[in-house]
Amino acid sequence: MASLIIKNGTVYDPANNVNGEKMDIYIKDGKIVEKAARGAKKIDCNGKIIMPGGVEIHSHIAGGKVNSGRLLRPEDHKKLVMPKTKLTRSGSGFSTPSTFMTGYLYSKLGYTTAMTPAMPPLMARHTHEELNDIPMLDKGSYPLTDGNWFIMRYLKDGDIEKAAAYAAWLLRSTKGFALKITNPGGTEAWGWGKNCKSLDDPVPYFDITPREIIKGLAEVNEMLGLPHSIHLQANNLGRLGNYETTIDTIKVPSGTKNKDRQTLHLTHVQFHSYGGDSWKNFESEAETVAKAVNKTDNAIIDTGNVTLDNTTTMTADGPMEYYLQSLTHFKWMNRDVELETAPGITPFIYSPKMSTAAIQWAIGLELGLLIKDPWKVLMTTDHPNGGPFTRYPRIISWLMSRPARDEMLEKVNAAAGKRSSLASIDREYDFNDIATVTRAGQARSLGLSETKGHLGIGAHGDVAVYDIDPDNMDPSKDFKGIEKAFSAAAYTIKGGEVLVRDGEIVKVTYGNTYWTNPHVDKSLEKEVLSDIEYNFKRYYSVNLANYPVQDKYVKNPIELKIDAQKVGA
Amino acid sequence: MQESLSKRCTVASDVVCPFCGTLCDDIEVDVKDNKITDVRHACRIGTAKFFSVLEEGRPTKPLIRKNGVMVETTVDTAVKKAAEILKKSIRPLLYGWSSTSCEAHAHGIAIAEEVGGVIDGTTSVCHGPSVLAIQDVGCPSCTLAEVKNRADLVIYWGCNPMHAHPRHLSRYTIYPRGYFRERGHQDRELIVIDVRKTDTAKIANKFIKVDYGRDYELLGAIRAAVNGNEINAEVVGGVTKEEIQKLAEKLKNCQFGVIFFGMGLTMTSAKHRNIDNAICLTKDLNRHTKFSIMPMRGHYNVTGFGEVLTWQTGYPYAVDFSTGYPRYNPGETSANDVLQRGEADAALIVASDPVAHFPRKSVEYLAKMPLIYIGPHHTPTSLLADVFIPSTFVGIETGGTAYRMDTVPLYAKKVVDGPKGVLSDEEILERIYKEIVRGK
Repeated sequence: MASLIIKNGTVYDPANNVNGEKMDIYIKDGKIVEKAARGAKKIDCNGKIIMPGGVEIHSHIAGGKVNSGRLLRPEDHKKLVMPKTKLTRSGSGFSTPSTFMTGYLYSKLGYTTAMTPAMPPLMARHTHEELNDIPMLDKGSYPLTDGNWFIMRYLKDGDIEKAAAYAAWLLRSTKGFALKITNPGGTEAWGWGKNCKSLDDPVPYFDITPREIIKGLAEVNEMLGLPHSIHLQANNLGRLGNYETTIDTIKVPSGTKNKDRQTLHLTHVQFHSYGGDSWKNFESEAETVAKAVNKTDNAIIDTGNVTLDNTTTMTADGPMEYYLQSLTHFKWMNRDVELETAPGITPFIYSPKMSTAAIQWAIGLELGLLIKDPWKVLMTTDHPNGGPFTRYPRIISWLMSRPARDEMLEKVNAAAGKRSSLASIDREYDFNDIATVTRAGQARSLGLSETKGHLGIGAHGDVAVYDIDPDNMDPSKDFKGIEKAFSAAAYTIKGGEVLVRDGEIVKVTYGNTYWTNPHVDKSLEKEVLSDIEYNFKRYYSVNLANYPVQDKYVKNPIELKIDAQKVGA
Repeated sequence: MQESLSKRCTVASDVVCPFCGTLCDDIEVDVKDNKITDVRHACRIGTAKFFSVLEEGRPTKPLIRKNGVMVETTVDTAVKKAAEILKKSIRPLLYGWSSTSCEAHAHGIAIAEEVGGVIDGTTSVCHGPSVLAIQDVGCPSCTLAEVKNRADLVIYWGCNPMHAHPRHLSRYTIYPRGYFRERGHQDRELIVIDVRKTDTAKIANKFIKVDYGRDYELLGAIRAAVNGNEINAEVVGGVTKEEIQKLAEKLKNCQFGVIFFGMGLTMTSAKHRNIDNAICLTKDLNRHTKFSIMPMRGHYNVTGFGEVLTWQTGYPYAVDFSTGYPRYNPGETSANDVLQRGEADAALIVASDPVAHFPRKSVEYLAKMPLIYIGPHHTPTSLLADVFIPSTFVGIETGGTAYRMDTVPLYAKKVVDGPKGVLSDEEILERIYKEIVRGK
């Protein structure tokens, strides 16, 4: 493992309260250390800023749904191509890049970790096969539990311990990292072409409500002591007036606490902050939602910014994708997964001339700017739903510069200025805020803050260096320069190895895949297993023995063993 | 594997059958002294596939053409020769892939990229039109136990699963009891639409005979009826207006319907336009009820090749690497087109038999160029080969990943050792790749 001295840079490391200090960073054996190692290579970063390697908490980069998106859109793939080089494989795709290319593109932005958020358990093998083909990054994926028959039945019966034991088995069987819930209950209702339209709208035949599913899974999550909280996509994504559901949802797990982190990660909230009762009076309710987030102490969000591109929407929220294609009449994929969930895919063009899209663009930024604590509002585009992750540098420039936003407000449909509060917001992010919403906060939310998202002793030697001289650059004025600098890292360093120099890949590596393995009480596990066995034979299309992901499907695994013996004891 | 009661043989259970896209994963195989002695639960075709590893005269030694005659050689020499042919070639074609593992696919794609070749799968002459239609209008679909648990109306259109996918009906669609269909087939209705009364049609609740090549018109008429429009003809595609209207009502009023379609739709006159119309019918029906549609993929891992190629390059078949990055334009970059335009100057054929199945013009051209063949059998293609490297059977003699027709991935495990010295497709391709990049 390489040793490095990163000299003379201006460091932004919010987790360690380092805010723009000139200091040297030492890496030895892939980790940040106190003192320079003998013979360590020096990198001079004078006139540059240094941040921990970027951490992505929610980006659809691998798995069946992503691949269906690629299949669906050859026209998207012509838009961005990478030829093979001596070092790198070829690839294609603007909104749904192919796997090798996905790793290279993230690395060029200074990212070193990325999580893919929606893995149908039955398709887990596929997700891992793709993750294995994504270079440059540490990775992980979240198995979906929103329409899971076992979980719904255990929670309905009030058998929370069995639900926890099942969830533990599911994480182990799918080599998953965290519990993802997408449109709780709604995905099962979609099996009949229906949906759950509010938190108290019961799931057909299962007689349980989304509220009960969320509350139950939040408890299960904390009983198991998982690193990340539940990762929730609320009901009613993209619907008019959905902000009320969102605010309601934030309160649902308020009884569940964790001293180190949130107990609810509410994802891509931009899509859940809509007011109005027709597309003609569609408006932002970001202020109301931001207030609710400011008030709560156990929920955080990521934004799901819209970048005004022609992109591909994909989510496990099947009914939502159906609804969207019924508005656009674009092509539409649906991929219901037995006993588990219901992904869907349809392209979407966020035209800046369209009032709805312009308002959506504004809402994403409002959330970022109106939620006071940057640790509570992480930056994502819900790639590729709001836009591809390759637009992050542009979002950073909008967050850091009011003139950049004003320039956009001039260009886009006037509704953005009228039906959102964006035009009245003066706040501009500083580099410390950016480092928080793109790495430190994400690592903390994931429960990986010991090794990721910071530059303190013992952290992974994952570092991003950008060609920005903070003493001689005003991000507010030079927002184009900001976008340019964040688009091509001066250095991306992973585990002490330089992977990117001046925006070009100089070395290809394959990172680790994180998965969690909670162990519950043995007798409880046995009881649940016999239940699983009984139901598998009857209702699944594969044999139980062929369901769990074999070890060989995870390249470079990092298993996080968790002792949850007290569950069921 | 566990020892059976008699202790005379071992039993492998939960074995995945490497024959068709149904990818049954409940097979039991008895093995004695590394020989398969019995296969249970599989259909007759699947059973025959397992026993085919014992086939007499099965090739085990690589062959190489010298002065017009195939002579035995070592794997090393054959690999070197194969690499040499591919390196020398300006526009090699890499074709086949549907009967091997995803692990082998990945090496094949790496080779194609390295030599700037065209890589194409058997999809090209099978469900290729389905892909084109999906890229036009999408595809509302589901996994197979969704059908088992929920479906009360199942349509097979232009396919004959009783012969081609023999356990499809009993495992997933008609006969099994499902969560919401406790009485199995009594809770469901089976409709078959085809040009002749097939064995599947014989057991259907309703058989609708469509005139040959008139599926597109019939689909259009059903769509018109579903969408409440008038049908301006008394008979469409051999089916009366009244019957079409009755069918449309039935489709609209089921709880969960599904259409499975096969070559009868993809490879008859209107080709991708048939599928386009069938998918649009499914979309239309979702305004009334829940409806899905699924192609009956043939070979056991034809779906897997599409998946791997798509995640690595962005496209599911007919990928051309000649510009250094993946390009896709079926009709230009697909196998038969590259052959019939006389562009390909070498070919690597893996796990398929184009000489038996391609049009004569393509085969004539294949015969003229250096041809490398990797597969477990002697086939018409192996007879034309200049380098033939026999390989093991994936899912019997070698483990590997395969994707079911509904894109559910399964690990097809190994149950017996292959013949001594015979490598897997995966190993052979990896060695060819290494030989090509050696010294670069």
